[in-house]
Amino acid sequence: MKTVLRDKLALAALVFIVLIVGGAALAPWLAPYPPEETFFDGLTLEGAPLPPSEKYWLGTDLLGRDLLSRILFGAQTSLVIGLVANGVSLLIGTLVGVVAGYLRGWVGTVLMRFTDLMMAFPALLLAIALAALFTPSLWIVAMVIAMVNWVQVARVVYSMTVTLSEREFVEAVRSLGATRSRILFLHVLPHLVPSIVVYGTLGIATTVLLEATLSFLGIGVQPPTPSWGNIIFENQSYFSTAPWLVFIPGAAIVMLAVAFNVLGDALRLALDPTLKARTA
Amino acid sequence: MIRYLLGRLGQAALLLVGVSFITFVLLYILPADPARQLAGRSATPETVEAIRVQLGLDRPFHEQYTRYLGNLVQGDLGRSYAQKTEVTEVVAARLPPTLLLMAGAIVVELAIGLTIGVLAALRPGSRFDHGAMILSFVGVSTPQFVAGILMLYVFSVQLDWFPVGGYGTWRHLVLPALTLGLLGAGWYSRMMRSAMLDVMARDFVRTARAKGVSEWRVVLVHAFRNAVLPIVAMIGIDIGLFMSGAVIVESVFGWPGIGQLAWQAIQQVDIPIIMGVTLVAAVAIVLGNLLADLVAPFMDPRVRLRTPTNR
Repeated sequence: MKTVLRDKLALAALVFIVLIVGGAALAPWLAPYPPEETFFDGLTLEGAPLPPSEKYWLGTDLLGRDLLSRILFGAQTSLVIGLVANGVSLLIGTLVGVVAGYLRGWVGTVLMRFTDLMMAFPALLLAIALAALFTPSLWIVAMVIAMVNWVQVARVVYSMTVTLSEREFVEAVRSLGATRSRILFLHVLPHLVPSIVVYGTLGIATTVLLEATLSFLGIGVQPPTPSWGNIIFENQSYFSTAPWLVFIPGAAIVMLAVAFNVLGDALRLALDPTLKARTA
Repeated sequence: MIRYLLGRLGQAALLLVGVSFITFVLLYILPADPARQLAGRSATPETVEAIRVQLGLDRPFHEQYTRYLGNLVQGDLGRSYAQKTEVTEVVAARLPPTLLLMAGAIVVELAIGLTIGVLAALRPGSRFDHGAMILSFVGVSTPQFVAGILMLYVFSVQLDWFPVGGYGTWRHLVLPALTLGLLGAGWYSRMMRSAMLDVMARDFVRTARAKGVSEWRVVLVHAFRNAVLPIVAMIGIDIGLFMSGAVIVESVFGWPGIGQLAWQAIQQVDIPIIMGVTLVAAVAIVLGNLLADLVAPFMDPRVRLRTPTNR
């Protein structure tokens, strides 16, 4: 953690993430207006959205709602989905990878062939098909993303487990008569934790981007609940006359994803000293 | 080699059967009823039923799937519900624009990614290096719809350099290809940078320097050639990213490829088209991965062919 904190860029990323998490958690108190309230003076006489002003700091959207309030509450949506979807995909991926990598045999083959099968699917098409299948809600969107994203984790965990289970110390505990589950949970899993932390951090970036993309296609989180992706989806036809409606939430998505990517990368460097020698 | 290739091809075929099965299962439990969609809102229940029988949707699941698979082997993907034409024809007509878009995206990601990667590796730790690496993070963290709308806003609406959308001339291709290639450019610049740093520290580079070879020659001829090959071998893997990206980029720019087709088909619950596009995309992804695996050993002899058993 010290190495991460010494890296200025990673520190900046961490600060940004803390700010966004704080902003999302305190949205009910920080937001100047309720996110779903439409204002009579929130539109011009012609019915167009307002640019940023003293009253509406980031302007208003196509229905005359305050953009700042919607972005603050939208951060809640993005983060909740990011955490839930990513948590579930880490769980599935680790489970599949560890079991397949440790047991091998036919169980391992079946699990990894299934993983290969999922890899052959165009991820977004699968997510779209799944999202179209169920009536989209926040939890459904999170599950759809988890179903698409566990595959990468499973592959990495699988190959790490295969290498680990051939190491001498595992051999040693096995010869001492340790049970399979004891070896797995006490001796193999702890060695996987650093990589899982790295993939977990990087995975949040992927999840935030996928949620935004699904919401942009109109099959993610449904309005009026704000999410950064569906704010852009709702307002995209105004992109030439009211660009802030697209680019402010767009910038928020990019910055959050960059922050998680930078942090994940710094964690990887910190946790794997061999990488450092090569890139420094 | 031949045995390896046959084994891999057999695996690929099995994978595709699996893909077709999962897609079929997913679409079979899809609650939206294509017969009702086709019949229109004012249709009587009898008409809907007649359409259902005509499409074979009243048959049991396994019968529908085996019939589908049987037709598939003969290259028949069925008929589109919405457009009343052969799926093979519709998909074939939409494929060239997507391939063109992908070719453009590959040019973009290699041109931008490799250049930035090499320049960053020349002075590791410099300001340019830091800037380039931050930029590469931005590249991999920008959703394609945001990048696409931003490009439209800047280059089409404000500067009026390129058309707002559509298909036809090279000017139509520039913005969609840039958008689709941006993500890859971010990855390639990072990979190229570390590959260059790796190669530049090797003995043969030191030997070349010691012989008095000019720095540019060392970088471009000795180091670059060795660093770039393993990276180029990975292009095949990008096809999966492109297939997903095409759905977004083609809908933002109105590009008439299979990504747009898939998106339209999903909205119309046009199951044969969705199945067709998913299969074509899966074939492309499986072939891309196979290509990457086959090319890698030639580019870098240290990489052995990944045989199914030693994975």
